[in-house]
Amino acid sequence: MLQETVLNLVHREMGAKMVDFGGWDMPLRYGSQVDEHNAVRDGAGMFDVSHMTIIDLRGENVRDFLKNLLANNVDKLTLKGKALYSCMLNEQGGIIDDLIVYLMGDEKYRLVVNAGTREKDLAWIERQAESYSVEVRERPELAMIAVQGPKAREVAEELLHRGLDARAKKLAPFQAAWAGDWFVARTGYTGEEGYELIMPGAEAVTFWRALAAKGVTPCGLAARDTLRLEAGMNLYGSDMDENFTPLESGLTWTVALEPSDRDFIGRAALIAQNEKGNIAKFVGLVLEDKGVLRNHQKIVVEGGGEGEISSGGFSPTMNRSIALARVPAGTGDRCEVDIRGKLKAAQVVKPSFVRNGKVLVNLD
Amino acid sequence: MNNTPADLKYAKSHEWAKLEEDGTVRVGISDHAQEALGDIVFVELPEVGAEVEAGGDCAVVESVKAASDIYSPVSGEIVAVNEALSDSPEAINEDAYANWIFIVKPSDVSELDQLLDAAGYEAIADDH
Repeated sequence: MLQETVLNLVHREMGAKMVDFGGWDMPLRYGSQVDEHNAVRDGAGMFDVSHMTIIDLRGENVRDFLKNLLANNVDKLTLKGKALYSCMLNEQGGIIDDLIVYLMGDEKYRLVVNAGTREKDLAWIERQAESYSVEVRERPELAMIAVQGPKAREVAEELLHRGLDARAKKLAPFQAAWAGDWFVARTGYTGEEGYELIMPGAEAVTFWRALAAKGVTPCGLAARDTLRLEAGMNLYGSDMDENFTPLESGLTWTVALEPSDRDFIGRAALIAQNEKGNIAKFVGLVLEDKGVLRNHQKIVVEGGGEGEISSGGFSPTMNRSIALARVPAGTGDRCEVDIRGKLKAAQVVKPSFVRNGKVLVNLD
Repeated sequence: MNNTPADLKYAKSHEWAKLEEDGTVRVGISDHAQEALGDIVFVELPEVGAEVEAGGDCAVVESVKAASDIYSPVSGEIVAVNEALSDSPEAINEDAYANWIFIVKPSDVSELDQLLDAAGYEAIADDH
């Protein structure tokens, strides 16, 4: 039996093609996934992300707990409402999950973790929390809607109440404001401006319909995937999992090795990996020929060595195929990809293709 | 819901086949198939002159979502491919029957009898 969000019937009513996504019955697309993608790049689109797991943490020692649990350092969160992206590692440095942590008070933080990793995340967090006496409270009664695109903030603000609209307008990127159980964060997974809004489940349908009435395009998981791929944002389970560390997943920037006396879980393994060197590079690829790069295709690099595509697809914005890939440390600015037995040339680029509607890659 | 013309034959793997007056067989994918694939962004065409077998893969249609093998409904030789799809593969989404993929000169035209008619295809397509 698949789990359903409170918006399930509305998705079906809006003509969504539904799909099993990590045990959840979620919209894949309502019509053309390319139209949905373009709506987010040009205007505003909305995504039901209520399947994601919201966990509130509370307790006197909660900050010390998170400094141990996460590879990024929550000491960077000095202002209430600020958010931080981090990996949660095992002792071997493997990525258990990636998440966003929000500072909500002196002794209160909120985590948003992936849906597909919910059970192992909760088990791991609860186990680590024991010695810190931290209260771990999942919030399944809350719904979550992402509104993304150049027009997204303005439209969403018109529908906010309780003075939250004025506070939302003033938010810096990666910052949140809240009133009761309504929580507005200037975050997203598309490379565009927008909000991720958490709200009581009972109010989600009304809010979704109000957004639709204002012309916000409902978007499914298919568009969510091409948007995040263009933005160069990793997908847990494709681009990283427990077999890879952040250092070989393009996420070195999220690991806070300083201060050196912060002993987070996985730290020793990352330092050992750094000392050993020759760490695989995590790069972006742009296919020069026609065709489509797909997950798990092999990459052949000049001078020997092989890599693999972790997320491949078609970029509607660039009208080219792009991918995220793990390649040998010495890889230059060209490689070849094995597509059904034929080697096709690809350009190796920084893994960020499109931001705020603009293509960042110089296509040659 | 989908459009399934009655004058065509259909394979279970979602190709349509049309016997032309000159004895060749024109092949494309069904409206049901294009709808299931979603936005089509690339078609890898077979080579003219290639020998194909009934049920053998000979082309690939790639949508944003996935790559899908296209099987020849009949054995024979590829005598033409729809080059226009190289520049506008999305034409298949607009009209899956006007935008054929390849033409086979069949070695055994009776293989067409193994295919489904429109009613038979609709019955199996609805299950997928």
